[in-house]
Amino acid sequence: MLGLGLAAAGYDAPLALGALFRGAFGSWDALVSATLVRAVPLIVLGLGIALAFRAGGLNIGAEGQLYAGAIAATWIGLQVGSWPGPAAISAVWVGAAVAGALWMAVPVLLRVRFGVLEVISTLLLNFVAEAAVSYAVTGPLREASGAYPQSDPIAVSARLPLLSGSRLHLGVVAAGLLAVLLWILFTRTVWGFRLRAVGLSPRAAEISGRIPVNRVLGAALLWSGALAGLGGGIEVSGVTYSLFQNLSPGYGFTAIAVALLARLHPLGVVVTGVLFGALEAGAQGMQREAGVPAVAVAVAEAGVILAVLLAEVVVRKAAPLRVVRRSGGQAVEDAPSPQGT
Amino acid sequence: MELEAVLTGFLAAAIRIATPLLLAATGELINERAGVINLGLEGAMLAGALASALGALAGGPWLGVLAGLGAGLLIAAVFSAAAIGAGAQQIITGTAVTLGTVGLTGMVYRSAFGPGGLGLSVPTFQPLPVPGLRQIPGLGPVLFEQPVLTYVAWLLIPAAGWFLFRSFWGLALRATGESAEAARAAGVPVKRVRVLATLAGGALGGLGGATLVLAQVGTFAEKMTAGRGFIAIAIVVLGRWRPGGVLLGALLFGGAGALQFGFQAQGVEVPYQVFLVLPYGLALLALAGGMGRSGAPGELGR
Repeated sequence: MLGLGLAAAGYDAPLALGALFRGAFGSWDALVSATLVRAVPLIVLGLGIALAFRAGGLNIGAEGQLYAGAIAATWIGLQVGSWPGPAAISAVWVGAAVAGALWMAVPVLLRVRFGVLEVISTLLLNFVAEAAVSYAVTGPLREASGAYPQSDPIAVSARLPLLSGSRLHLGVVAAGLLAVLLWILFTRTVWGFRLRAVGLSPRAAEISGRIPVNRVLGAALLWSGALAGLGGGIEVSGVTYSLFQNLSPGYGFTAIAVALLARLHPLGVVVTGVLFGALEAGAQGMQREAGVPAVAVAVAEAGVILAVLLAEVVVRKAAPLRVVRRSGGQAVEDAPSPQGT
Repeated sequence: MELEAVLTGFLAAAIRIATPLLLAATGELINERAGVINLGLEGAMLAGALASALGALAGGPWLGVLAGLGAGLLIAAVFSAAAIGAGAQQIITGTAVTLGTVGLTGMVYRSAFGPGGLGLSVPTFQPLPVPGLRQIPGLGPVLFEQPVLTYVAWLLIPAAGWFLFRSFWGLALRATGESAEAARAAGVPVKRVRVLATLAGGALGGLGGATLVLAQVGTFAEKMTAGRGFIAIAIVVLGRWRPGGVLLGALLFGGAGALQFGFQAQGVEVPYQVFLVLPYGLALLALAGGMGRSGAPGELGR
């Protein structure tokens, strides 16, 4: 599909696709230092988005929450020079997650108090977060030399250990563990059940009288923001070590495709995260070798999202369960998630 | 005298900044009244901006306008096919369409103008004074020495009001947005009305993007719309889904955008990011500030 598009746009499609593959999987270094390094933020953010979507909360602002986390992580990372590594890294990660959740607190408040759709508020806050980064790196967090609009590098103690001979950092382990944790939460806990019930049919959950819909939705959104913020913290402590504008090449939007393609399944997010990490890494190779702008990947991502949406429509129309889903409280327990898992 | 110069400068800037928002918001008003929320509006604006730059370079500003309209229409057609034709979730579909357009415009721009994307200089519309009206003291020069697209945007407001509230098809369109079931029972072709409304909305979004290039900035840069499409959607909410409200909302945002020039002219020291944030913060306040969802079409987004 991508190949056809490239050929239509007048590029050498075989060369470009070969470069895409080499950039993503062509060598140990490409796999570990390019693909997996990009997969980490996509998995963490993808998990956050899956969490919100499962509860019926449309968080389109992961990009902004990532930046909120990155700002907090940078600020904390600059203060903890004298701390031992584990403490410094924990402080950076917790701070980043809290910042992400706080950034999400505004849309949650607007949604619960004023009925403002979180879609629009989270979207708008993306732009505010980008302006906040711009302010931070030209103002309070600007590097001491003042040469470039970026922060000083964070303390060595706050940086993540690397897999020897590569750029792959400890964040990859965290991403995997979070996926397993979220999977257990979804499938084995009351909390996960309530979350899915609210996402499936808020009215049925409300009528059942045992599920506080607003509180469940609000909590899901806040945790979603926390995960995205943590993604920003991991990126700063494992990859960039400092704050600057365009630190994220749109991970917050790519992660929507990651979560949807995984049908909001936490373990699936790991797989699709690696897939899109490979796509992003390969796009760099494609740009180097075949001159295809790396932004072309955004078109492929959009195509994936649309394809998943359309596939869901087909599944929904084929399944007779729609009647059950609409019928009220007691049916929720047996009904499948809207993603058909 | 000094104050008057600052004030007219401020008002002129406010109107200039408001015009692309007004066009896009008028477009979104039409499709939201039909029950469709199109987050691909941002994409339509961006595509319209790039197409208008290419069109204007090839054949002058009027060809740019045409290209902008066409590009916005095309983006809306993609959205319509998925969200209305197939019935996919509107909000995610719109997000995907915008995301794809960011990639597509980046690709086209770089392959047309090289990887660096040198600063383009696009032929623009010059202010077109309206004879007679411009002589009105005070406001005359501000309101009636504008590029032609600004007048188009203004005239579209009463036109949209007449269409939505006085014409037969406007009634059918609003019925579609309030209750598709009832509209269908009354013999209104619901899907066709929604598709046409969305196409019109996208075309106006594209025209808004074209205005940004041809009457405001005079160049194209990647992601240059910077969320104006989303702000236009907030303006529709702020204007309570009515043409007059949309006009006031757009002017408010134009004023917020123009504050920057006012402050700079006065030599007030404020970090420029404050002005960057202002429209988005204002949009959030507008959404929360008591406007709520009163006046929203009954089946918006379904």
